[in-house]
Amino acid sequence: MADTLYLLVLFPFIGFLVNGLGGRWLSGKQSGLVASLAVAGSFLIGAQLFLGLLARPEDNRRLVQTLFTWLPVGELNIHVTYVFDPLAAIMVLVITGVGLLIHIYSIGYMRDDPGIRRYFAYLNLFTFMMLNLVLSDSLVLLFMGWEGVGLCSYLLIGFWFSDAAKARAGMKAFVVNRIGDAGFLIAMIMIFDRFGTLSMADISWLAPGAGIDTTFITTVTLLMFVGAVGKSAQVPLYVWLPDAMAGPTPVSALIHAATMVTAGVYLVARNSALFALAPITMGIIAAIGTITALLAAIIAITQTDIKKVLAYSTISQLGYMFIALGVGAFSAAIFHLMTHAFFKALLFLGAGSVIHGMGDEQDLRKMGRLRQLMPTTFMTMTIGALAIAGLPGLAGFFSKDEILWSAFNSSGGISWIWLVGLATAGLTAFYMARMLFLTFFGERRWAEGVKPHESPSVMTVPLIILAFLSIVGGYAGVPEALGGHNALHHFLAPLMATFQASGEASQAANHPLELLLMLLSTGVVLVAAYYAYRFFVQQPGLPETAAGKFPQLYRLSNRRFYVDEIYALLIIRPFRALADLLWKWIDVRIIDNLVNLAGRTTERLGGALRLMQSGLIQHYASLLLLGVVFILLAVAMG
Amino acid sequence: MGSADILSTLPELVLIATALLLLVMESAAEPHRELLAATALGGLAIALVTALGYGADGLYYSGMLQVDPYARFVSALALVLAALAIMVAVPYLRRTLEERGEYYSLMLFATVGMLLMVKAQDLTMVFLGLELLSIPLYVLAGFYRHRSSSNEAGLKYLLLGAFAAGFFLFGIALLYGSTGTTSYSGMAQAINSGTELSRVLTLAGFGLLLVGFAFKVALAPFHMYAPDVYEGAPTSMSAFLSTGPKLAGFATLLKLIAVVFAGTMVHWWTAIWILAALTMTVGNLAALRQDSLKRMLAYSSVAHAGYLALAILVTNYDSGFAMLFYLTVYVLTTLAAFGIVSLLEEGEESAMPGVEACKGLARRNPWLAAAFTLALLSLAGFPPTAGFLGKFFLFNATLDAGYLWLVILAVLNSLVSVYYYLRPVVAMYMQPGKNTSALPIPRMLIPALLALAVVALGAGFIPAPLVHATASAISAIL
Repeated sequence: MADTLYLLVLFPFIGFLVNGLGGRWLSGKQSGLVASLAVAGSFLIGAQLFLGLLARPEDNRRLVQTLFTWLPVGELNIHVTYVFDPLAAIMVLVITGVGLLIHIYSIGYMRDDPGIRRYFAYLNLFTFMMLNLVLSDSLVLLFMGWEGVGLCSYLLIGFWFSDAAKARAGMKAFVVNRIGDAGFLIAMIMIFDRFGTLSMADISWLAPGAGIDTTFITTVTLLMFVGAVGKSAQVPLYVWLPDAMAGPTPVSALIHAATMVTAGVYLVARNSALFALAPITMGIIAAIGTITALLAAIIAITQTDIKKVLAYSTISQLGYMFIALGVGAFSAAIFHLMTHAFFKALLFLGAGSVIHGMGDEQDLRKMGRLRQLMPTTFMTMTIGALAIAGLPGLAGFFSKDEILWSAFNSSGGISWIWLVGLATAGLTAFYMARMLFLTFFGERRWAEGVKPHESPSVMTVPLIILAFLSIVGGYAGVPEALGGHNALHHFLAPLMATFQASGEASQAANHPLELLLMLLSTGVVLVAAYYAYRFFVQQPGLPETAAGKFPQLYRLSNRRFYVDEIYALLIIRPFRALADLLWKWIDVRIIDNLVNLAGRTTERLGGALRLMQSGLIQHYASLLLLGVVFILLAVAMG
Repeated sequence: MGSADILSTLPELVLIATALLLLVMESAAEPHRELLAATALGGLAIALVTALGYGADGLYYSGMLQVDPYARFVSALALVLAALAIMVAVPYLRRTLEERGEYYSLMLFATVGMLLMVKAQDLTMVFLGLELLSIPLYVLAGFYRHRSSSNEAGLKYLLLGAFAAGFFLFGIALLYGSTGTTSYSGMAQAINSGTELSRVLTLAGFGLLLVGFAFKVALAPFHMYAPDVYEGAPTSMSAFLSTGPKLAGFATLLKLIAVVFAGTMVHWWTAIWILAALTMTVGNLAALRQDSLKRMLAYSSVAHAGYLALAILVTNYDSGFAMLFYLTVYVLTTLAAFGIVSLLEEGEESAMPGVEACKGLARRNPWLAAAFTLALLSLAGFPPTAGFLGKFFLFNATLDAGYLWLVILAVLNSLVSVYYYLRPVVAMYMQPGKNTSALPIPRMLIPALLALAVVALGAGFIPAPLVHATASAISAIL
């Protein structure tokens, strides 16, 4: 049964090779077809394995395929092993399922792009790396996937390399992610040093009984979390994600909303056994998640670029997932990860459809009244927005309320995490409603000559399927308070550690209270949506009045709290300055000058010779001497 | 001197005979140039066979030389490296019409120097090997007489190298003064039994030896010559300059510390700690701003010396094993990278190809671009390449020895390095080039590229053979 596991990973890789090496013999459409078929193959195998998993008893849902033993030496015993368990199953189905729809959509969206073969090659490579990330049991292989998806993301952000700003955005994503990766790598080495293994299954098995000191476990989990913060765009490393929107819109949907950015959430959930032992880390995770959720939601309110609204919304929703992780509700985080993949991919692809139909216009202020012109896009995006806002019955409602309920429970009552979560739910409803109203309602504000039109069916069919998923996706986890039995939670439960401060046990059975809180959050959502309606449809002048009344607040939100600027000031500039200093002083002044001078005097070789004796070698020699003095001093001191 | 002694140095003797033969061939009335490289490679092949297969382990030449699995492993690696470096050089020399017997002859002499250094069991022998390695390299760096950059590189290397050699020799003198001997075993005995004349003298002596080694392997602040020399030298030579001396230098230093100075290392931790930290940081930061590929690789080689210095700092079985593994991967990868860069020079107007020259390479030569990408990713330490494993072993050994902060610095450094290693990759795959016709790939470059694939990917996916080989080699000295 597990024998086919490697095929799951192999198909996208073959797709990558075909498109990457043989792309020149394929038409754009064929190339898209190859890429989509590769992902479809993975999806079918994933679905088959998933069904096989369900048929097994609950305590034996784990398919393992060891491809080969990587390092069979002494204490080092690293196997290249793929593991398909409930957590991997959900990730695989999301990656290949949503991924497949986005591949198909891309055939239409990228139709006229000359680089379409390269595009599909990268997209397949991304899928390959992402599947490695979620299927691997070894931290090394996971790290390979982790770096690999980062590389693909970087290649795809800068896909339209003609544009310098986009290339810069790719670089920014790359640099910020380095910080996170450093954390991951150090954590990995420390874990290996302590446990002597890099298999996450073994680590989860060993950790609880090992009697590990708090400092170690806190340090390791914090370092891992730093990695997660970078990848999943949390405060303070979120600055790259909005810039990443420079890439093609389907890429934003796949990589920067549905899959790659959730890798940090996956990492924490996968290693829940370690994190559950580190209450300090858990507290920090919850706090970071809370701050991120709120901050990004506030910023989203005033963005005028439709993709930026969605980018900040993604950051905010990822914050929700980290709140869930931080309070120990690991499966709730994965639940939200899944539903979010559905509705956020839908919203991004819908936005792409709008952008496509408007002739590459992304400014909300230049849209309006598009609902009759793009009926399918309008209908599906509305469903997506309702789902993310948490309208009862849609996907986002169930996952968001499970998180809020867990946050409420973890402190046994009203806490600031819960309050902020509730407020964020209201803000989410507000900015989503604003985006919908500005796009599809109100006055038409687009310029003469723009002819908005509905997208072709290769793009709208994926939208419809995602809209369907955004409606029904939540029924995988209907809480007991509503008469369900939270199937997803039970499916994942054997893999997830129990965090001591977790509220799952405390008031879990208090159904009336849970229902009351659901009503409350629904009320908040409805009120927020109503205000958005008043602001942006009934009295379109109101936002300006509001902005006039609270100019500082508006500017703070509009300028994204000046985080980019603070970054430039605190990190990028000093670092550049240091590099510059080294470069300018040692290199340009001394070495380059010499080379330049030598070059200029090629015609007069004698001159060059004179130059070489002009004291610059002496400079090197004096540094050498300094080194000697240093070495002798060091030993004299030591 | 018996026949056993001669047999133990058969590889060296074969190389010297071949080198002399090459000089004769070159000075013949009608030199058959096309046979020169083949002769040199034949000599190296015979030397490789003898180095691996002939003679028993043990001490030879009255205890001056020692043959053991460690020496055999490093010798074999040095011979393979020299052979590949010659193959990389052939098309380059032919293209630039500079193919002369001296080039190959000098390469072989330098290789003999490397073999003697690592076999040495006596400091005078180390010095002999060191000079035999260095002097041909001074000449080779300046081999292109008509290029001022090559002249400058040769002269600079010579002057500073001579300066460093002076310190090295003085260090030997101090050690002799203190212990009354220059043999490894004699010095070890004196140091471990405390019968040396003065501990201070011993320490100062070793400090000066360290300076000599630090210069050869380009540890900051003794690295200043490296970027100039590697950039100015002919590219085929830079490939060897940035690998050969590092291999011989680190391998010899590790053995010297393990066998002789282990007891005094407590005095050296601070100094080596700082050298390692400084070297990796300076190398990586400076590499960040380079546009010239040769200069970038030069600074990258400085940075790698910084990582390798971690193994010297720790000097135990784990770190020694990690160092050998890392060195093997590093030298073969860097050699191939320089080899590819030497190809890119063709068609470029300047002799120093920049990142620009990589643009569109993925379309022109997909396999060459893939090979270059592999080399850069391995140098950057991406899993699943062997470069990643090497870093992992090295950092893990360092952490085991308790240097958490140094490991953190090293990890940060290696992540910074990803930035400059990926710039050519981005240029190759994402930026259209002006020239779209495929570069002709010389057949002689293919073995270097294959070696790259075998070591970077092969040892990445199936590391066991290399791990076993290095582990059994290192157990001979640690």
